[in-house]
Amino acid sequence: MKNLLKSTAAIAALALSTGAAMAQEKVVVYHWFEYIPQELVDKFTSQTGIEVVMDTYDSNEGMLASLKAGGIGTYDVSVPGDYMVEIMINEGILDTIADGELANTGNILPEWADPSFDPGRQHSIPYQWGSTSFAVNRDVYSGAIDTTDILFNPPAELSGKINMLDSQGEVMAMAALHMGIPQCSSDRDQLKALNAMLQEAKGNWASFNSDTAKEVLVSGDAAVGQIYDGFSAKAREEGANVEYAFPKQGYIVWMDNVVLLKDAPNRANALKFMDFLLEPENIAAVSNYARYGSGLKDVAEFLDPALATLPESNPPADAGAGVFIKVCDEQTQAVYDKIWTNVKK
Amino acid sequence: MTGGAPNSGGATTDTYAKARTWLLMPAWLVLLVLSLTPVALMLVYSFLTKEFRGGVIWDFSLAAYDQFFFDRGLFGDEPARIEWTYIGIFWRSIWQAGAATVLSLLIGFPTAYFIATRPEKARPIWVFLVTIPYWVNLLIRTVSMKFLLRDQGPLNDFLMFTGLIDSPIHIINTNFAVQLGLFYSYLPFMVLPIYAAVERYNFTLSEAAADLYASKWVTLRRILLPAVKPGVVAGCILVFVPSLGSFLAPDLLGGAKNFMIGSLIEEQFKGNAGNWPFGAAASMILLTLVLIILIMFTRQQAKSNKAGG
Repeated sequence: MKNLLKSTAAIAALALSTGAAMAQEKVVVYHWFEYIPQELVDKFTSQTGIEVVMDTYDSNEGMLASLKAGGIGTYDVSVPGDYMVEIMINEGILDTIADGELANTGNILPEWADPSFDPGRQHSIPYQWGSTSFAVNRDVYSGAIDTTDILFNPPAELSGKINMLDSQGEVMAMAALHMGIPQCSSDRDQLKALNAMLQEAKGNWASFNSDTAKEVLVSGDAAVGQIYDGFSAKAREEGANVEYAFPKQGYIVWMDNVVLLKDAPNRANALKFMDFLLEPENIAAVSNYARYGSGLKDVAEFLDPALATLPESNPPADAGAGVFIKVCDEQTQAVYDKIWTNVKK
Repeated sequence: MTGGAPNSGGATTDTYAKARTWLLMPAWLVLLVLSLTPVALMLVYSFLTKEFRGGVIWDFSLAAYDQFFFDRGLFGDEPARIEWTYIGIFWRSIWQAGAATVLSLLIGFPTAYFIATRPEKARPIWVFLVTIPYWVNLLIRTVSMKFLLRDQGPLNDFLMFTGLIDSPIHIINTNFAVQLGLFYSYLPFMVLPIYAAVERYNFTLSEAAADLYASKWVTLRRILLPAVKPGVVAGCILVFVPSLGSFLAPDLLGGAKNFMIGSLIEEQFKGNAGNWPFGAAASMILLTLVLIILIMFTRQQAKSNKAGG
């Protein structure tokens, strides 16, 4: 049946490649939903004559599952988050970009040129980066919000009005920051304490929603929401009186990256697409659309001026450190899964 | 699955003898390729070893079923006890689906009866009206429901305007909201089969009962209900079974705070757990459960048919 899967994928790949031969050159992109402006896609096509075929996903894990279930060989590039790049490297489903294959890698900011999740940028280029923390409705609560207590040990007036992201990685990483323990700790007492803390905190939470993390804040269903910085900025622009918090215990930093997939049917076009996204003017268009940072040099002149002063992208001096979500080993991940099931059972 | 066997079609004339294999292909395709193969795949996967972060290793393993039924503590090294977590999740789903079914029956039966007792020409219009909301995608209907029910939503605004309540009733993110969502999602599946049954019902039987001094309640219970029971049973099954595996309503209306069977299975494939064999095992257990319930229904019906002569 493994062969069945493989041959199905092969047929799909064949169909795609013959399609490409008959029609025009193309690049097949597996991307997050609503994460690239259509004008930019059109610009790429008119510059290069390469058609962009796009499928979308709504979670890193969902993307990985569909690639492992036969998507490899159909798609050329996808856009995983930092920890997912590391997982995909370990899974062996990324192709290596040789030196000189991309012309514009010199545009990458030095701090993003050699990230821990992909040393030497052998498989990926930066797409967008930002942070995950939480936003608080200032009409409901006016106290200090620079602490993760707001999520895990909230004051009485916020209890029962908290929306968490429906994502194990983000909740567990934030919980580890709150307790001051390392992410993916294998220490039994720490894991037991983490389990107990989350059981207790859950009683204060109203819901788990990722897709509607912004809407629940705008509508007033939730007064506190764990949220991505860009979503918080959009909630504010849509009229919610929310403030994005930079807790002193720390917050999550993430980066989405364009990766070259193994067995890419249109490898050369994929590289052209990546080079296109490494041009400051083009990636600035994505930033203006998605309200996140880009990781490239010389983008400032193309950026919407409002982005430079966005409170969500400018942490105060006394904010805690931003950390990436860590990739747990198999044993610790099994315990994490148990704790997560306990939270949601 | 013998229905599609080439030699069993007694009524087929010789004209089609040669073409029969080909003409039966669509039936074979549906039964074997589209129905049985996925279930068989699922069964096989549930007995395989899980691969870290999704996927399977082709070694036989009972680990998925073991995880479902036995609890070995947070670190998996304590003596095995019965695992109540997943049984609890299944029980909650059954309870929610059951409540939604009862709600649907309470509203659906009178609705179906009402439609079936309209003049013959008017009935299609009523049926049409029942189905109109269901032309809209389920996701959109569920999200709309969320907007209606929320604390500052139209429902609470209206109730406060009328003075019936002083402060908003908190409905969203509760079990009741989930039941309401499931009920609304599947209501036509209750109305339509019951309508079909009541429409076929011979109303002179009710008149005869009344002539013999049966009260209205007795007529309903002893004459009408037994006659339309197949429709009621079909409606209940059609509402209960999809409710059991639903994850849209629990996620959107229940706030995804508690796993239901559907979301638990989804988490195994799309979430961090990436435990395909466990997802497959949970699906198989759900399938078995539904099968048992269906068999119980059918047997009970067969028994009561016999008893009724």
